[in-house]
Amino acid sequence: MDFGYSINQSSKIDMDRASGDIAAQVLRYEPSFAVCIGCGACMATCSAGRFTPFNLRRLQLMVMRGQTDSVHAEAEKCMLCGKCRLICPRGINTRNVLLAIHHFTAPAPTLDIR
Amino acid sequence: MRQRFIYDPFVLPFMAGFVFIIIYLVAGIISAIRELPCEDRKKLGKSIFSRKIFVSAREIFMECLIHRRIFRRNRMLGFMHMSIAFGWFLLIVLGHIEVRLYCPERVNLPYFPIFFRYFMMETDSTLKGSLLFFLMDAALLMVLTGIGLALYKRINSRLMGMRRTTKLKLGDRIAMYTLWAVFPLRLLAESFTSGISGGSFLTRGFGLVFESFVSNEALIRPAWWAYSVALGTFFLAMPVSRYMHIPAEMLLIVLRNAGIKSKKTNAGYGNIELYSCSRCGICIDACQMSAAARLDRKTTVYFMRMLRRQEGDIEAAARQCLMCGRCVQACPVGIDSCRLKQNVRRSESFFSPVQYRYFPPTETIRTDVLYFAGCMTHLTPGIGKAMQTIFGRAGVNYRMMDEGGGICCGRPLMLSGQEKSAAIMIEKNTDIILQSNAELLVASCPVCYKIFNEEYSLPIPVMHHTQYIEQLIDRGAVTVGHTGLSAVYHDPCDLGRNSGVYNPPRQVLRQVANLMDTSHERGEGLCCGGSVGNAVLTGDQRRKIARDALYKLTGEKPDILVTACPLCKKTFAGAGLQQVEDIAQVVVKAME
Ligand code: SF4
Ligand code: SF4
Ligand code: SF4
Ligand code: SF4
Repeated sequence: MDFGYSINQSSKIDMDRASGDIAAQVLRYEPSFAVCIGCGACMATCSAGRFTPFNLRRLQLMVMRGQTDSVHAEAEKCMLCGKCRLICPRGINTRNVLLAIHHFTAPAPTLDIR
Repeated sequence: MRQRFIYDPFVLPFMAGFVFIIIYLVAGIISAIRELPCEDRKKLGKSIFSRKIFVSAREIFMECLIHRRIFRRNRMLGFMHMSIAFGWFLLIVLGHIEVRLYCPERVNLPYFPIFFRYFMMETDSTLKGSLLFFLMDAALLMVLTGIGLALYKRINSRLMGMRRTTKLKLGDRIAMYTLWAVFPLRLLAESFTSGISGGSFLTRGFGLVFESFVSNEALIRPAWWAYSVALGTFFLAMPVSRYMHIPAEMLLIVLRNAGIKSKKTNAGYGNIELYSCSRCGICIDACQMSAAARLDRKTTVYFMRMLRRQEGDIEAAARQCLMCGRCVQACPVGIDSCRLKQNVRRSESFFSPVQYRYFPPTETIRTDVLYFAGCMTHLTPGIGKAMQTIFGRAGVNYRMMDEGGGICCGRPLMLSGQEKSAAIMIEKNTDIILQSNAELLVASCPVCYKIFNEEYSLPIPVMHHTQYIEQLIDRGAVTVGHTGLSAVYHDPCDLGRNSGVYNPPRQVLRQVANLMDTSHERGEGLCCGGSVGNAVLTGDQRRKIARDALYKLTGEKPDILVTACPLCKKTFAGAGLQQVEDIAQVVVKAME
């Protein structure tokens, strides 16, 4: 099983491509997003992760870093089962984080958030 | 009795309001029925010409007039509603009887029964007349008692078993105050007139008292004017107030008994549900989000109001709900508000057909009984192990459908409004089930059980493990002893209230433990707070709900709290020191 620990493929941070907008929007919609410590519990329990290299920890990190190009397609793989919310030691409302990431990275808005 | 007048200008305010409301209601009913989908209209047509119409008539009498469901919740509250509704109904009926008896030529004047005492004078005290006078006064007294209680409820709602009441808006307030004014004004008007028209214990009595210090003659017309204005204003304010529930509920009952359900939020049946909400506020106390997490303003009554007025962030309001069904159970009108919320959520769907392309090809598992543990059971593996022990002991040929983790049942997605995405899972899981040739599907998680039953079209029966264990014990396939433990059973929302499975877990538990009663069981069962129906509730709010529920359930200090849902088990386990077990685990203990 690919635990996806090798998330630091490059040490170069490209500020031209990084955008903090999405992280800020997700944070505003679901503030508990801020307290992730990257422990990886969510991805160890993930229902989708059993079938595909899907990784919520990595997804959240990418959003935080502003590397959001592939984030939307990734977020779509989630089945919203909610196991990660129960397992997260920081009590992050992961389902809502996923819905928010999905919404704020979509080409057209998906949630009606005012 | 003799007729004094046939018309007076003071009837105009009443007539204006009356004509307006009749036109408004007829137009409303026509447009509501036109908005129904074709199949629903057919259902309605069929039901009108069947026995169902009598069922509806009876229900309208019991609920709209007597308010039986409110009586069951709280006697005082029921008495208040019944006094106003039934008393008013009697006034209208008796008023028409009076007109038919004493001046049948005026039956086609809608205002005549309303202002009967002004237009008619007493010439001789016939026995018939005095009986009707007595009944009219009794009905008026009944309404006035109800209004008195309603006033008192605004000051002290606890008398009627309500901790919180609805915060009303302007339209509601105008209609409410005018409604409260109508009947005291009628009492005044009839009392002042009672010297001429006659009256019974109430109106004649008050008339005599007033006579001793004011000139009744001079006050007659002002009092009738005030009465007419109050009635007219009430009718004019009705469409923007909660009192639309009076006509809407009758229509709702007829449509519901025809088997119609809401499909859209602001059209057809859904719209009638919105108008049927009397904003009684009974759902506020029922909701644990308000009781435990102080989210009073997020409860159903406010959601219904926002939706009806199309104001505020309706989508956010629809998301802030555990979908536990407690408010639906408590609602005296029988409004399926969870369905309305689901209808709103559905509108936010973000479907992308590529999203679950990673699902592996279906591998064929051949078996008799297929066991679906579910995502949540994989988080609390003790339940899955217990089930496997039970299957093994019973010698059942079974296979796990989601060994090591499977595809989600789709209900969490559905509850987030993603019904199309959920459909992909439904399709995939159905495929696995069909390929297995199994005769029975057993699920451990009530969330999965509900969707398997309602949204999958499976050719085989689906059982929750509580039902299955009951059957195994009945058949003698497993034998159980008694654990000697005292136990309280917690009804999971999706198994109890939302699927109606109440008895099997109790049957099983009575054999293996000392089952204790609580006041929070069956339909009144609590939500653990862990529900996948709500994605926005914070961890803190969830914890408050869980602690509060745990506290209420374990007041009698049972040895174990037993539930039948992995999510409830996990949520309660994190909320306190109480030992929480799944029913399957208790049964395994009792087998040893
Ligand atoms: S389990 Fe929680 S804290 Fe750990 S990586 Fe996942 S979201 Fe972050
Ligand atoms: S909700 Fe999504 S990310 Fe979380 S465990 Fe389930 S599939 Fe994985
Ligand atoms: S939804 Fe039902 S319980 Fe709630 S206020 Fe409306 S009528 Fe009352
Ligand atoms: S379904 Fe439950 S959580 Fe939602 S409003 Fe009703 S009582 Fe509250």
